[in-house]
Amino acid sequence: MSTSVDFLLWVRGPGFDIALVVFLIGIVIRLLEVLILGRKPDFAEPRGAELGAGLRTLVTRTLPEQGSFRRSPFTVVGGYIWHIGFFISLFLFIPHIELINATIGLSWPGIASNLVDAVAAVTIVTLVAMLFSRMSHPVKRYLSGPEDYLTWLVTILPMITGYLAYHRMIDPYPLALGLHILSVEILMVVFPFTKLMHAFTFFIARWYNGAMAGRRGVQS
Amino acid sequence: MSEATLERGMNAFREQMDAPIASFFSSCVNCGMCAEACLFYTETGDPRYTPINKLEPLRRVWEQEYTLWGKVKSVLGLSQPVTDELLEEWESLIYDGCTLCGRCSMVCPVGNDISYMIRHAREGFVAAGYSPEGMKGASRRAVTIGSPMGVKYPALAAQIKHVEADSGLQIPVDVEGVDYMALLSSMEIMNFPEYLEALARIFKQAGVTWTISSEAFEATNAGIQIGSSDIARELVNRVVVAAEKLKVKYVISPECGHAYTAIRWEGPNLIGRPYSFKVVHILELLDELRASGRLKTEGMDETRLTFHDPCQIVRKGGVLEPPRNLLKMVASEFVDMHDAREMNWCCGGGGGVSANERAEELRLKVFKRKKTQLDELNVETLVTACANCRLVIEEGLEEYRMEIPVVGLTEMLAEHLVEDKSE
Repeated sequence: MSTSVDFLLWVRGPGFDIALVVFLIGIVIRLLEVLILGRKPDFAEPRGAELGAGLRTLVTRTLPEQGSFRRSPFTVVGGYIWHIGFFISLFLFIPHIELINATIGLSWPGIASNLVDAVAAVTIVTLVAMLFSRMSHPVKRYLSGPEDYLTWLVTILPMITGYLAYHRMIDPYPLALGLHILSVEILMVVFPFTKLMHAFTFFIARWYNGAMAGRRGVQS
Repeated sequence: MSEATLERGMNAFREQMDAPIASFFSSCVNCGMCAEACLFYTETGDPRYTPINKLEPLRRVWEQEYTLWGKVKSVLGLSQPVTDELLEEWESLIYDGCTLCGRCSMVCPVGNDISYMIRHAREGFVAAGYSPEGMKGASRRAVTIGSPMGVKYPALAAQIKHVEADSGLQIPVDVEGVDYMALLSSMEIMNFPEYLEALARIFKQAGVTWTISSEAFEATNAGIQIGSSDIARELVNRVVVAAEKLKVKYVISPECGHAYTAIRWEGPNLIGRPYSFKVVHILELLDELRASGRLKTEGMDETRLTFHDPCQIVRKGGVLEPPRNLLKMVASEFVDMHDAREMNWCCGGGGGVSANERAEELRLKVFKRKKTQLDELNVETLVTACANCRLVIEEGLEEYRMEIPVVGLTEMLAEHLVEDKSE
């Protein structure tokens, strides 16, 4: 079994380091690429303040506008379920918290493993349903290119490999765990170069949207 | 203007790139929800009209030139360049299929201001030579004649004479040192002179000192619509020069949507400095007069009526409360449409679409959205505050055989004015 142990050691050691460096440097570069462009000065006399309106949009866009919810219920509900499920699986699973604690010394309470297990199952099913929606809804199908399917794949892989490892469905266990960690590393490496970056840039986008509308006296 | 080429278009795209646009493209996850906010998609079912898709050329410029990964992909030959063919294909999406109404910008879950990007992307299309003939013609007439509809001052002078004869009031022209300089849209001059008469009557009653400039009376700005900052700047500058020459404190933007965006929000940035005067929308001014008790009306219109919020005045202009405050003065049976105020649906003719003849069929098709809104209400009258919306809605109503008169809010108020009969 030395090969699967070697594999695990590699993904936990050098593999993880490489992924982390790419992830962190990539994100910093991407954020700089956005912010460095700046904005031209606006000489029009403002009707309202930018700051408050921008921060408000940052929060309020988390909820869908009523009409949009009625017209895209699946996208909205599916989006909520899998995002929340993904974050619960990532941050509230006790072994994950222990790993984070061992790495950066931060810790918080987790939830029961069987509950995380159920959440993970729902998340995986929802992600599969989202893929079907992407391939069948006329707008989403039209908009989608290889990147949309690649990001779907690298997002669901950690969920699936985690699920398989937790249920000991891959033998030997070091291989199962190694595959899970590797899938996370793939996600981390792909992250800064794809639309996954929205997890960081949406703060900027929402702020600009709210601020520019707020300047004109509209809460967007 | 120098000759339009792809290279000039690419340079124009690059000049538009800023942090908001980069953050928007970085954040899009192709969820498709903006499509459901756009009447061009909801009424046609054609996914090409998905708002974010209309920006594909600008997105490519951003990805290939403003992201490290995009540059790598370009070097490896993995990215699709922006070509004349692409711009030609996308021209109808970004001009015929977008009114810059900004509804998509209100719903995007990651917060993308899509209409902001479309306004900027049009700069590249114009510079590359891909813009509709109708809009090019309007821009040319605006620059050379002074009005997109080719209206020169003598035509306005003739209307002024008519209005003066009808109302017995004097319309001040080129009067220095008054408080307000009023602008008009060509459509108001040619199709709805009632607006001018309404202004004269209301201002007389309220004691507002005002004038029209014979040198800069046109409020519309074809440059804003086609997306040419050079043209837009030239047109805004005429107003600024006239207002500063007449030493007015305020310039009044008329019942025209994009004129307000042009003179109020884009103008100072086009000329690169703040104005020495303030810009008010006519509804803002009337609401101020109402609040201070200087606008007095009598009688209530008892017909069931609704208000169509012009996108550029309400959602993108921030004039939210004045129209309803004013309507309440004179209409007892006012009802709002299902999606009203900042979520209202466009008439389908904004952003230059109504000046673009080849887009007429599409425009009438997407008017079904407004028809549906009106059908739900069963109203007898529609009030609005934009001459372009008004004309587009009138044509739409005629197409769908709906008999609902369309009225301008300012003239409606003037009809209920308590007038000083002492003279």
